[in-house]
Amino acid sequence: MIENREILLNDPNSERYLVNMGPQHPSTHGVLRLVVGIKGETVDSVQPHCGYIHRGIEKMCEHITYPQIIHLTDRMDYLSAHQNNHAVCLAVENALGVQVPERVQYIRTIMDELSRIASHQLWWATFGMDLGALTTFFYGLRDREKILDIFEESTGSRFLQSYYTPGGLMKDIHPDFQKHVKEFLVYFRKLLPEYDQLLTGNVIYRARSINMGLLSKEDAINYGVTGPSGRGSGFSCDVRKHKPYGVYHKAEFNEILRTEGDVHARYMVHMDEMRESMKIIEQLIDNIPAGDFIAKMKPVIKLPAGEYWQSVETARGELGVYIVSDGNKNPYRMKFRSPNLSNLGVLEKLSIGHKIADLIAIGGSMDYIIPDIDR
Amino acid sequence: MEDIKIKESIQALCPDALFVENKQFIDVSLPLEHFRKVMEYLKQTLNFNFLVSVSGVDWEKHFSVVYHLRNTQTNTMMAAKVIIADRQNPEVQTVSDLWQTADLHEREIFDLFGIKFTNHPDLRRLFLDDDWVGFPLRKDYVDTVNIVER
Repeated sequence: MIENREILLNDPNSERYLVNMGPQHPSTHGVLRLVVGIKGETVDSVQPHCGYIHRGIEKMCEHITYPQIIHLTDRMDYLSAHQNNHAVCLAVENALGVQVPERVQYIRTIMDELSRIASHQLWWATFGMDLGALTTFFYGLRDREKILDIFEESTGSRFLQSYYTPGGLMKDIHPDFQKHVKEFLVYFRKLLPEYDQLLTGNVIYRARSINMGLLSKEDAINYGVTGPSGRGSGFSCDVRKHKPYGVYHKAEFNEILRTEGDVHARYMVHMDEMRESMKIIEQLIDNIPAGDFIAKMKPVIKLPAGEYWQSVETARGELGVYIVSDGNKNPYRMKFRSPNLSNLGVLEKLSIGHKIADLIAIGGSMDYIIPDIDR
Repeated sequence: MEDIKIKESIQALCPDALFVENKQFIDVSLPLEHFRKVMEYLKQTLNFNFLVSVSGVDWEKHFSVVYHLRNTQTNTMMAAKVIIADRQNPEVQTVSDLWQTADLHEREIFDLFGIKFTNHPDLRRLFLDDDWVGFPLRKDYVDTVNIVER
Protein backbone atom coordinates (compact mmCIF):
# COMPACT_ATOMS: atom_id res chain seq x y z
CA MET A 1 0.00 0.00 0.00
CA ILE A 2 1.55 3.25 -1.16
CA GLU A 3 -0.38 5.46 1.23
CA ASN A 4 0.73 3.38 4.25
CA ARG A 5 4.36 3.54 3.30
CA GLU A 6 4.16 7.30 2.78
CA ILE A 7 2.92 7.91 6.28
CA LEU A 8 5.57 5.70 7.78
CA LEU A 9 8.32 7.21 5.65
CA ASN A 10 7.29 10.79 6.19
CA ASP A 11 7.21 10.55 9.92
CA PRO A 12 9.86 8.10 11.14
CA ASN A 13 9.34 9.12 14.76
CA SER A 14 5.64 8.39 14.71
CA GLU A 15 4.60 5.61 16.97
CA ARG A 16 1.51 5.09 14.87
CA TYR A 17 1.54 2.13 12.55
CA LEU A 18 -0.88 1.13 9.85
CA VAL A 19 -1.31 -2.62 9.75
CA ASN A 20 -3.21 -4.67 7.21
CA MET A 21 -5.62 -7.12 8.75
CA GLY A 22 -6.74 -9.35 5.92
CA PRO A 23 -7.72 -9.90 3.14
CA GLN A 24 -6.60 -13.32 4.32
CA HIS A 25 -7.26 -13.37 8.02
CA PRO A 26 -9.19 -16.10 9.83
CA SER A 27 -11.22 -13.70 11.94
CA THR A 28 -12.63 -11.69 9.04
CA HIS A 29 -14.36 -14.90 7.80
CA GLY A 30 -13.79 -13.92 4.22
CA VAL A 31 -11.83 -11.53 2.10
CA LEU A 32 -12.22 -8.24 3.92
CA ARG A 33 -9.16 -6.04 4.39
CA LEU A 34 -9.06 -3.72 7.34
CA VAL A 35 -6.28 -1.15 7.45
CA VAL A 36 -5.88 -0.71 11.17
CA GLY A 37 -4.05 2.28 12.64
CA ILE A 38 -2.43 1.28 15.90
CA LYS A 39 -0.48 3.02 18.60
CA GLY A 40 1.11 0.24 20.58
CA GLU A 41 -1.75 -2.21 21.01
CA THR A 42 -4.50 0.39 20.82
CA VAL A 43 -6.59 0.82 17.70
CA ASP A 44 -7.03 4.43 16.57
CA SER A 45 -8.52 3.96 13.11
CA VAL A 46 -10.09 1.18 11.07
CA GLN A 47 -10.45 1.60 7.31
CA PRO A 48 -12.32 -1.22 5.59
CA HIS A 49 -11.28 -1.97 2.01
CA CYS A 50 -13.94 -3.94 0.20
CA GLY A 51 -14.26 -5.43 -3.24
CA TYR A 52 -12.15 -8.58 -3.09
CA ILE A 53 -15.23 -10.67 -3.85
CA HIS A 54 -17.22 -8.09 -5.84
CA ARG A 55 -19.02 -9.97 -8.62
CA GLY A 56 -21.25 -7.26 -9.96
CA ILE A 57 -24.46 -9.07 -9.04
CA GLU A 58 -26.53 -5.93 -9.60
CA LYS A 59 -25.17 -5.56 -13.14
CA MET A 60 -25.72 -9.24 -13.86
CA CYS A 61 -29.35 -8.93 -12.73
CA GLU A 62 -29.99 -6.41 -15.50
CA HIS A 63 -29.33 -9.10 -18.09
CA ILE A 64 -31.21 -12.08 -16.67
CA THR A 65 -34.80 -12.96 -15.82
CA TYR A 66 -36.39 -12.88 -12.38
CA PRO A 67 -36.37 -16.67 -11.79
CA GLN A 68 -32.67 -16.63 -12.68
CA ILE A 69 -31.92 -13.80 -10.25
CA ILE A 70 -32.97 -16.08 -7.37
CA HIS A 71 -29.82 -18.11 -7.89
CA LEU A 72 -27.59 -15.04 -7.62
CA THR A 73 -29.16 -13.90 -4.36
CA ASP A 74 -28.09 -17.15 -2.70
CA ARG A 75 -24.55 -16.04 -3.18
CA MET A 76 -24.80 -12.74 -1.35
CA ASP A 77 -25.35 -13.67 2.26
CA TYR A 78 -24.83 -17.38 1.78
CA LEU A 79 -25.93 -18.22 5.33
CA SER A 80 -29.31 -16.58 4.72
CA ALA A 81 -29.89 -18.03 1.27
CA HIS A 82 -33.55 -18.79 1.96
CA GLN A 83 -34.28 -15.29 3.21
CA ASN A 84 -32.51 -13.68 0.25
CA ASN A 85 -34.61 -15.77 -2.14
CA HIS A 86 -37.68 -14.80 -0.16
CA ALA A 87 -37.00 -11.09 -0.64
CA VAL A 88 -36.84 -11.32 -4.43
CA CYS A 89 -39.84 -13.68 -4.61
CA LEU A 90 -41.97 -11.36 -2.48
CA ALA A 91 -40.98 -8.33 -4.52
CA VAL A 92 -41.94 -10.05 -7.76
CA GLU A 93 -45.15 -11.57 -6.36
CA ASN A 94 -46.32 -8.28 -4.85
CA ALA A 95 -45.59 -6.44 -8.08
CA LEU A 96 -47.64 -8.93 -10.05
CA GLY A 97 -50.34 -9.21 -7.40
CA VAL A 98 -49.91 -12.98 -7.22
CA GLN A 99 -51.37 -14.69 -4.18
CA VAL A 100 -49.11 -17.61 -3.28
CA PRO A 101 -50.73 -20.69 -1.68
CA GLU A 102 -50.81 -20.76 2.09
CA ARG A 103 -48.79 -23.96 2.11
CA VAL A 104 -45.95 -22.09 0.43
CA GLN A 105 -46.06 -19.28 2.98
CA TYR A 106 -45.85 -21.75 5.85
CA ILE A 107 -42.98 -23.70 4.34
CA ARG A 108 -41.10 -20.50 3.50
CA THR A 109 -41.46 -19.17 7.03
CA ILE A 110 -40.26 -22.45 8.54
CA MET A 111 -37.32 -22.62 6.15
CA ASP A 112 -36.39 -19.01 6.91
CA GLU A 113 -36.34 -19.73 10.62
CA LEU A 114 -34.38 -22.95 10.20
CA SER A 115 -31.73 -21.11 8.26
CA ARG A 116 -31.70 -18.36 10.88
CA ILE A 117 -30.94 -20.99 13.53
CA ALA A 118 -28.27 -22.56 11.32
CA SER A 119 -26.73 -19.16 10.69
CA HIS A 120 -26.68 -18.23 14.36
CA GLN A 121 -25.18 -21.63 15.21
CA LEU A 122 -22.36 -21.03 12.77
CA TRP A 123 -21.96 -17.50 14.08
CA TRP A 124 -21.71 -18.79 17.65
CA ALA A 125 -19.25 -21.47 16.57
CA THR A 126 -16.89 -19.09 14.80
CA PHE A 127 -17.32 -16.26 17.28
CA GLY A 128 -16.14 -18.54 20.06
CA MET A 129 -13.25 -19.62 17.88
CA ASP A 130 -12.28 -16.00 17.25
CA LEU A 131 -11.99 -15.56 20.99
CA GLY A 132 -9.90 -18.71 21.37
CA ALA A 133 -12.62 -21.11 22.50
CA LEU A 134 -12.06 -23.77 19.90
CA THR A 135 -14.63 -26.23 21.24
CA THR A 136 -17.53 -23.97 20.25
CA PHE A 137 -16.66 -24.59 16.63
CA PHE A 138 -17.26 -28.31 16.95
CA TYR A 139 -20.45 -27.89 18.96
CA GLY A 140 -21.91 -25.36 16.54
CA LEU A 141 -21.08 -27.24 13.37
CA ARG A 142 -22.28 -30.55 14.83
CA ASP A 143 -25.76 -29.16 15.41
CA ARG A 144 -25.87 -27.09 12.23
CA GLU A 145 -25.27 -30.28 10.28
CA LYS A 146 -28.72 -31.53 11.38
CA ILE A 147 -30.39 -28.50 9.78
CA LEU A 148 -28.36 -28.89 6.61
CA ASP A 149 -29.53 -32.51 6.44
CA ILE A 150 -33.14 -31.30 6.60
CA PHE A 151 -32.44 -28.78 3.83
CA GLU A 152 -30.73 -31.37 1.70
CA GLU A 153 -33.65 -33.76 2.02
CA SER A 154 -36.23 -31.25 0.79
CA THR A 155 -34.30 -28.87 -1.44
CA GLY A 156 -31.58 -31.14 -2.79
CA SER A 157 -28.87 -28.81 -1.61
CA ARG A 158 -27.18 -28.19 1.71
CA PHE A 159 -25.87 -24.68 1.34
CA LEU A 160 -27.09 -22.59 -1.62
CA GLN A 161 -30.56 -23.98 -1.83
CA SER A 162 -32.31 -21.72 -4.41
CA TYR A 163 -35.47 -23.32 -3.10
CA TYR A 164 -37.95 -20.49 -3.63
CA THR A 165 -39.10 -19.32 -7.01
CA PRO A 166 -41.50 -16.50 -7.85
CA GLY A 167 -44.92 -17.95 -7.16
CA GLY A 168 -43.92 -20.72 -4.80
CA LEU A 169 -41.27 -23.35 -4.32
CA MET A 170 -39.08 -25.30 -6.71
CA LYS A 171 -40.40 -28.58 -5.35
CA ASP A 172 -42.58 -29.79 -2.53
CA ILE A 173 -41.12 -30.68 0.85
CA HIS A 174 -39.96 -34.21 1.56
CA PRO A 175 -42.63 -36.43 3.23
CA ASP A 176 -40.38 -36.72 6.29
CA PHE A 177 -39.76 -32.97 6.56
CA GLN A 178 -42.11 -32.36 9.49
CA LYS A 179 -40.91 -35.42 11.38
CA HIS A 180 -37.27 -34.47 11.02
CA VAL A 181 -37.82 -30.83 11.94
CA LYS A 182 -39.63 -31.90 15.10
CA GLU A 183 -36.83 -34.30 15.93
CA PHE A 184 -34.34 -31.50 15.47
CA LEU A 185 -36.28 -29.18 17.78
CA VAL A 186 -36.27 -31.79 20.54
CA TYR A 187 -32.58 -32.43 19.95
CA PHE A 188 -31.53 -28.78 19.89
CA ARG A 189 -33.66 -27.70 22.85
CA LYS A 190 -31.66 -30.16 24.91
CA LEU A 191 -28.32 -28.95 23.56
CA LEU A 192 -28.78 -25.17 23.56
CA PRO A 193 -28.21 -24.95 27.34
CA GLU A 194 -24.86 -26.61 26.68
CA TYR A 195 -23.90 -23.60 24.57
CA ASP A 196 -24.59 -21.38 27.55
CA GLN A 197 -22.63 -23.61 29.90
CA LEU A 198 -19.70 -23.69 27.54
CA LEU A 199 -19.36 -20.03 26.60
CA THR A 200 -22.00 -17.67 28.00
CA GLY A 201 -20.90 -18.08 31.60
CA ASN A 202 -17.21 -18.40 30.83
CA VAL A 203 -15.12 -15.89 32.79
CA ILE A 204 -12.65 -15.21 29.98
CA TYR A 205 -15.45 -14.74 27.47
CA ARG A 206 -17.32 -12.36 29.76
CA ALA A 207 -14.23 -10.29 30.45
CA ARG A 208 -13.70 -9.89 26.73
CA SER A 209 -17.29 -9.06 25.81
CA ILE A 210 -18.98 -7.03 28.52
CA ASN A 211 -18.68 -3.27 27.99
CA MET A 212 -16.75 -3.87 24.79
CA GLY A 213 -17.61 -2.01 21.57
CA LEU A 214 -20.48 0.06 22.91
CA LEU A 215 -23.07 1.18 20.36
CA SER A 216 -25.85 3.53 21.43
CA LYS A 217 -29.36 3.31 20.01
CA GLU A 218 -29.01 6.69 18.28
CA ASP A 219 -25.81 5.60 16.59
CA ALA A 220 -27.34 2.27 15.57
CA ILE A 221 -30.12 4.14 13.77
CA ASN A 222 -27.78 6.77 12.35
CA TYR A 223 -25.39 4.15 10.96
CA GLY A 224 -28.26 1.95 9.79
CA VAL A 225 -27.19 -1.01 11.92
CA THR A 226 -29.96 -3.63 11.80
CA GLY A 227 -30.36 -7.25 12.79
CA PRO A 228 -29.02 -8.69 16.05
CA SER A 229 -26.41 -5.93 16.19
CA GLY A 230 -29.03 -3.19 16.06
CA ARG A 231 -31.33 -4.97 18.47
CA GLY A 232 -28.46 -5.42 20.92
CA SER A 233 -28.50 -1.62 21.14
CA GLY A 234 -32.25 -1.38 21.65
CA PHE A 235 -33.07 -0.40 18.05
CA SER A 236 -36.36 -2.14 17.30
CA CYS A 237 -35.76 -3.06 13.67
CA ASP A 238 -37.21 -6.55 13.21
CA VAL A 239 -38.96 -6.57 9.83
CA ARG A 240 -40.80 -9.74 10.87
CA LYS A 241 -42.58 -7.66 13.54
CA HIS A 242 -42.91 -4.28 11.84
CA LYS A 243 -43.90 -5.38 8.37
CA PRO A 244 -44.77 -9.07 8.57
CA TYR A 245 -44.45 -11.24 5.49
CA GLY A 246 -44.98 -14.98 5.10
CA VAL A 247 -47.02 -16.21 8.07
CA TYR A 248 -45.10 -14.40 10.80
CA HIS A 249 -48.32 -12.65 11.80
CA LYS A 250 -49.77 -16.03 12.77
CA ALA A 251 -46.90 -17.01 15.02
CA GLU A 252 -46.32 -15.65 18.47
CA PHE A 253 -42.76 -14.59 19.15
CA ASN A 254 -40.83 -11.79 20.79
CA GLU A 255 -38.49 -9.34 19.20
CA ILE A 256 -35.33 -9.70 21.29
CA LEU A 257 -34.16 -6.28 22.42
CA ARG A 258 -31.34 -5.44 24.78
CA THR A 259 -30.18 -2.04 25.87
CA GLU A 260 -26.50 -2.55 26.74
CA GLY A 261 -25.21 -2.28 23.18
CA ASP A 262 -21.95 -4.12 23.87
CA VAL A 263 -20.51 -7.32 22.40
CA HIS A 264 -22.24 -9.39 25.05
CA ALA A 265 -25.63 -7.85 24.27
CA ARG A 266 -25.24 -8.75 20.60
CA TYR A 267 -24.22 -12.25 21.66
CA MET A 268 -27.28 -12.64 23.88
CA VAL A 269 -29.59 -11.43 21.09
CA HIS A 270 -28.21 -14.17 18.85
CA MET A 271 -28.71 -16.81 21.55
CA ASP A 272 -32.26 -15.72 22.38
CA GLU A 273 -33.22 -15.44 18.72
CA MET A 274 -32.45 -19.12 18.27
CA ARG A 275 -35.00 -19.86 21.01
CA GLU A 276 -37.56 -17.55 19.41
CA SER A 277 -37.01 -19.17 16.02
CA MET A 278 -37.63 -22.58 17.52
CA LYS A 279 -40.81 -21.20 19.05
CA ILE A 280 -41.99 -19.97 15.64
CA ILE A 281 -41.24 -23.30 13.97
CA GLU A 282 -43.02 -25.22 16.72
CA GLN A 283 -46.19 -23.21 16.18
CA LEU A 284 -46.17 -23.68 12.41
CA ILE A 285 -44.79 -27.13 11.77
CA ASP A 286 -48.00 -29.07 12.53
CA ASN A 287 -50.24 -26.62 10.71
CA ILE A 288 -48.78 -26.70 7.22
CA PRO A 289 -51.94 -26.74 5.08
CA ALA A 290 -52.29 -29.12 2.17
CA GLY A 291 -52.32 -27.69 -1.31
CA ASP A 292 -50.13 -26.67 -4.20
CA PHE A 293 -46.51 -25.79 -3.71
CA ILE A 294 -46.56 -23.22 -6.49
CA ALA A 295 -49.09 -20.74 -7.81
CA LYS A 296 -49.85 -20.66 -11.49
CA MET A 297 -47.40 -18.28 -13.10
CA LYS A 298 -46.86 -17.13 -16.65
CA PRO A 299 -43.90 -18.83 -18.31
CA VAL A 300 -42.16 -15.47 -18.80
CA ILE A 301 -42.43 -13.15 -15.82
CA LYS A 302 -42.64 -9.48 -16.74
CA LEU A 303 -43.19 -6.87 -14.04
CA PRO A 304 -45.34 -3.84 -14.88
CA ALA A 305 -43.23 -0.71 -15.30
CA GLY A 306 -42.61 0.91 -11.95
CA GLU A 307 -40.56 0.67 -8.80
CA TYR A 308 -40.86 -1.93 -6.09
CA TRP A 309 -39.33 -2.27 -2.65
CA GLN A 310 -39.32 -5.30 -0.38
CA SER A 311 -37.64 -5.85 2.97
CA VAL A 312 -37.07 -9.12 4.75
CA GLU A 313 -35.24 -9.96 7.94
CA THR A 314 -32.18 -12.09 7.22
CA ALA A 315 -30.01 -13.53 9.96
CA ARG A 316 -27.94 -10.31 9.96
CA GLY A 317 -30.50 -7.58 9.48
CA GLU A 318 -32.74 -5.97 6.96
CA LEU A 319 -32.26 -6.99 3.36
CA GLY A 320 -33.97 -4.59 0.98
CA VAL A 321 -34.65 -5.36 -2.66
CA TYR A 322 -35.30 -2.40 -4.92
CA ILE A 323 -36.49 -3.20 -8.42
CA VAL A 324 -36.93 -0.65 -11.17
CA SER A 325 -38.83 -2.27 -14.01
CA ASP A 326 -39.48 -0.95 -17.51
CA GLY A 327 -41.93 -3.75 -18.30
CA ASN A 328 -39.39 -6.19 -19.68
CA LYS A 329 -38.55 -9.69 -18.55
CA ASN A 330 -35.41 -8.46 -16.81
CA PRO A 331 -35.19 -5.59 -14.35
CA TYR A 332 -34.01 -2.18 -15.55
CA ARG A 333 -32.15 -1.76 -12.29
CA MET A 334 -31.91 -4.00 -9.28
CA LYS A 335 -30.44 -2.88 -6.01
CA PHE A 336 -29.83 -4.96 -2.93
CA ARG A 337 -29.68 -3.10 0.35
CA SER A 338 -27.43 -5.59 2.11
CA PRO A 339 -27.42 -5.47 5.89
CA ASN A 340 -23.70 -6.12 6.14
CA LEU A 341 -22.59 -3.07 4.17
CA SER A 342 -24.43 -0.77 6.55
CA ASN A 343 -23.21 -2.72 9.57
CA LEU A 344 -19.64 -2.42 8.33
CA GLY A 345 -19.79 1.38 8.44
CA VAL A 346 -19.97 1.40 12.22
CA LEU A 347 -16.95 -0.84 12.84
CA GLU A 348 -14.44 2.00 13.12
CA LYS A 349 -16.60 3.85 15.63
CA LEU A 350 -16.92 0.76 17.81
CA SER A 351 -13.25 -0.20 17.78
CA ILE A 352 -11.43 3.07 18.40
CA GLY A 353 -9.67 2.98 21.74
CA HIS A 354 -9.86 -0.78 22.12
CA LYS A 355 -7.01 -3.26 21.76
CA ILE A 356 -6.39 -5.23 18.57
CA ALA A 357 -7.66 -8.43 20.20
CA ASP A 358 -10.91 -6.63 21.03
CA LEU A 359 -11.28 -5.54 17.42
CA ILE A 360 -11.57 -9.27 16.64
CA ALA A 361 -14.28 -9.66 19.28
CA ILE A 362 -16.18 -6.59 18.04
CA GLY A 363 -15.91 -7.60 14.40
CA GLY A 364 -17.00 -11.12 15.32
CA SER A 365 -20.04 -9.87 17.20
CA MET A 366 -21.15 -7.80 14.19
CA ASP A 367 -21.29 -11.05 12.20
CA TYR A 368 -20.01 -9.87 8.81
CA ILE A 369 -20.51 -11.95 5.70
CA ILE A 370 -18.18 -10.50 3.11
CA PRO A 371 -19.92 -11.58 -0.13
CA ASP A 372 -22.97 -9.71 1.16
CA ILE A 373 -20.92 -6.52 1.58
CA ASP A 374 -19.37 -6.74 -1.88
CA ARG A 375 -22.20 -8.35 -3.87
CA MET B 1 -48.02 12.06 10.62
CA GLU B 2 -50.20 10.94 7.78
CA ASP B 3 -48.99 10.65 4.24
CA ILE B 4 -51.05 13.59 3.01
CA LYS B 5 -49.55 15.92 5.61
CA ILE B 6 -46.03 14.82 4.74
CA LYS B 7 -46.78 15.52 1.09
CA GLU B 8 -48.17 18.95 1.85
CA SER B 9 -45.21 19.96 3.97
CA ILE B 10 -42.73 18.85 1.30
CA GLN B 11 -44.74 20.71 -1.33
CA ALA B 12 -44.67 23.86 0.80
CA LEU B 13 -40.90 23.66 1.13
CA CYS B 14 -40.21 22.80 -2.48
CA PRO B 15 -43.02 23.66 -4.95
CA ASP B 16 -41.23 21.80 -7.76
CA ALA B 17 -41.37 18.49 -5.92
CA LEU B 18 -43.02 15.86 -8.08
CA PHE B 19 -44.97 13.07 -6.41
CA VAL B 20 -44.84 9.80 -8.29
CA GLU B 21 -47.63 7.22 -8.15
CA ASN B 22 -46.43 4.43 -5.90
CA LYS B 23 -48.65 1.92 -4.10
CA GLN B 24 -46.17 1.19 -1.34
CA PHE B 25 -45.19 4.56 0.09
CA ILE B 26 -44.64 8.26 -0.66
CA ASP B 27 -42.35 8.66 -3.62
CA VAL B 28 -41.08 12.15 -4.34
CA SER B 29 -38.79 13.50 -7.05
CA LEU B 30 -36.77 16.55 -6.08
CA PRO B 31 -34.91 19.02 -8.26
CA LEU B 32 -31.21 19.35 -7.54
CA GLU B 33 -31.34 22.88 -6.11
CA HIS B 34 -33.90 22.10 -3.38
CA PHE B 35 -32.68 18.58 -2.65
CA ARG B 36 -30.45 19.29 0.33
CA LYS B 37 -33.01 21.58 1.97
CA VAL B 38 -35.74 18.95 1.77
CA MET B 39 -33.48 16.18 3.06
CA GLU B 40 -32.57 18.29 6.09
CA TYR B 41 -36.25 18.92 6.68
CA LEU B 42 -37.06 15.19 6.39
CA LYS B 43 -34.39 14.29 8.89
CA GLN B 44 -34.79 17.06 11.42
CA THR B 45 -38.48 17.96 11.36
CA LEU B 46 -40.28 14.91 10.01
CA ASN B 47 -37.92 12.60 11.92
CA PHE B 48 -37.03 10.22 9.10
CA ASN B 49 -34.05 9.12 11.14
CA PHE B 50 -33.19 5.83 9.43
CA LEU B 51 -31.72 5.97 5.93
CA VAL B 52 -32.43 2.44 4.76
CA SER B 53 -30.79 2.51 1.38
CA VAL B 54 -29.24 4.76 -1.24
CA SER B 55 -29.41 3.60 -4.85
CA GLY B 56 -28.30 5.11 -8.10
CA VAL B 57 -30.33 4.67 -11.28
CA ASP B 58 -29.13 5.48 -14.77
CA TRP B 59 -32.10 6.68 -16.86
CA GLU B 60 -29.88 7.20 -19.92
CA LYS B 61 -30.97 10.84 -20.26
CA HIS B 62 -30.22 11.59 -16.62
CA PHE B 63 -29.20 9.97 -13.36
CA SER B 64 -31.26 9.73 -10.25
CA VAL B 65 -30.25 8.85 -6.72
CA VAL B 66 -32.97 7.21 -4.64
CA TYR B 67 -33.01 7.55 -0.86
CA HIS B 68 -35.26 5.14 1.03
CA LEU B 69 -36.06 6.64 4.41
CA ARG B 70 -37.87 5.36 7.46
CA ASN B 71 -39.20 6.96 10.57
CA THR B 72 -38.37 4.43 13.28
CA GLN B 73 -41.09 5.70 15.64
CA THR B 74 -44.02 5.45 13.27
CA ASN B 75 -42.43 2.98 10.83
CA THR B 76 -43.46 5.19 7.92
CA MET B 77 -41.35 4.67 4.87
CA MET B 78 -40.78 6.96 1.92
CA ALA B 79 -38.55 7.32 -1.10
CA ALA B 80 -36.94 10.64 -2.04
CA LYS B 81 -35.23 10.97 -5.39
CA VAL B 82 -32.95 13.59 -6.80
CA ILE B 83 -32.62 14.09 -10.55
CA ILE B 84 -29.14 14.81 -11.91
CA ALA B 85 -29.39 16.02 -15.48
CA ASP B 86 -25.68 16.62 -16.13
CA ARG B 87 -24.28 13.34 -17.44
CA GLN B 88 -20.81 14.68 -18.11
CA ASN B 89 -20.14 15.84 -14.60
CA PRO B 90 -22.87 14.48 -12.31
CA GLU B 91 -22.78 16.04 -8.87
CA VAL B 92 -25.07 16.09 -5.86
CA GLN B 93 -24.60 17.18 -2.28
CA THR B 94 -23.82 14.52 0.27
CA VAL B 95 -26.20 13.55 3.07
CA SER B 96 -23.55 11.65 5.01
CA ASP B 97 -23.52 14.37 7.66
CA LEU B 98 -27.25 13.81 8.26
CA TRP B 99 -27.16 10.00 8.18
CA GLN B 100 -23.77 8.41 8.82
CA THR B 101 -24.78 5.29 6.93
CA ALA B 102 -24.78 7.30 3.70
CA ASP B 103 -20.96 7.37 3.83
CA LEU B 104 -20.44 3.87 2.42
CA HIS B 105 -23.56 3.89 0.25
CA GLU B 106 -22.48 7.11 -1.49
CA ARG B 107 -19.01 5.72 -2.03
CA GLU B 108 -20.58 2.71 -3.70
CA ILE B 109 -22.58 4.93 -6.05
CA PHE B 110 -19.51 7.05 -6.80
CA ASP B 111 -17.68 3.83 -7.61
CA LEU B 112 -20.27 2.27 -9.89
CA PHE B 113 -22.06 5.32 -11.37
CA GLY B 114 -19.44 8.05 -11.18
CA ILE B 115 -21.79 10.44 -9.39
CA LYS B 116 -19.80 12.83 -7.22
CA PHE B 117 -21.09 13.69 -3.77
CA THR B 118 -19.85 17.13 -2.84
CA ASN B 119 -18.67 17.62 0.75
CA HIS B 120 -18.37 13.87 1.25
CA PRO B 121 -15.54 13.33 3.76
CA ASP B 122 -13.80 10.46 1.99
CA LEU B 123 -14.99 9.93 -1.58
CA ARG B 124 -13.01 7.01 -2.97
CA ARG B 125 -13.93 3.95 -4.97
CA LEU B 126 -15.36 1.28 -2.67
CA PHE B 127 -15.28 -1.99 -4.60
CA LEU B 128 -13.25 -1.50 -7.76
CA ASP B 129 -9.55 -0.74 -8.10
CA ASP B 130 -8.51 2.89 -7.96
CA ASP B 131 -7.29 2.76 -11.57
CA TRP B 132 -10.45 1.17 -12.99
CA VAL B 133 -11.67 2.97 -16.10
CA GLY B 134 -15.39 3.66 -16.42
CA PHE B 135 -18.44 3.18 -14.22
CA PRO B 136 -19.93 -0.30 -14.67
CA LEU B 137 -23.53 0.31 -13.63
CA ARG B 138 -24.01 3.04 -16.23
CA LYS B 139 -26.08 1.85 -19.16
CA ASP B 140 -23.50 2.98 -21.71
CA TYR B 141 -20.64 1.11 -20.03
CA VAL B 142 -18.80 -1.17 -22.43
CA ASP B 143 -16.57 -3.98 -21.28
CA THR B 144 -15.87 -6.44 -24.06
CA VAL B 145 -13.76 -8.67 -21.83
CA ASN B 146 -15.92 -9.23 -18.77
CA ILE B 147 -19.48 -8.76 -20.05
CA VAL B 148 -20.73 -11.47 -22.37
CA GLU B 149 -23.66 -10.42 -24.53
CA ARG B 150 -26.35 -13.06 -24.86
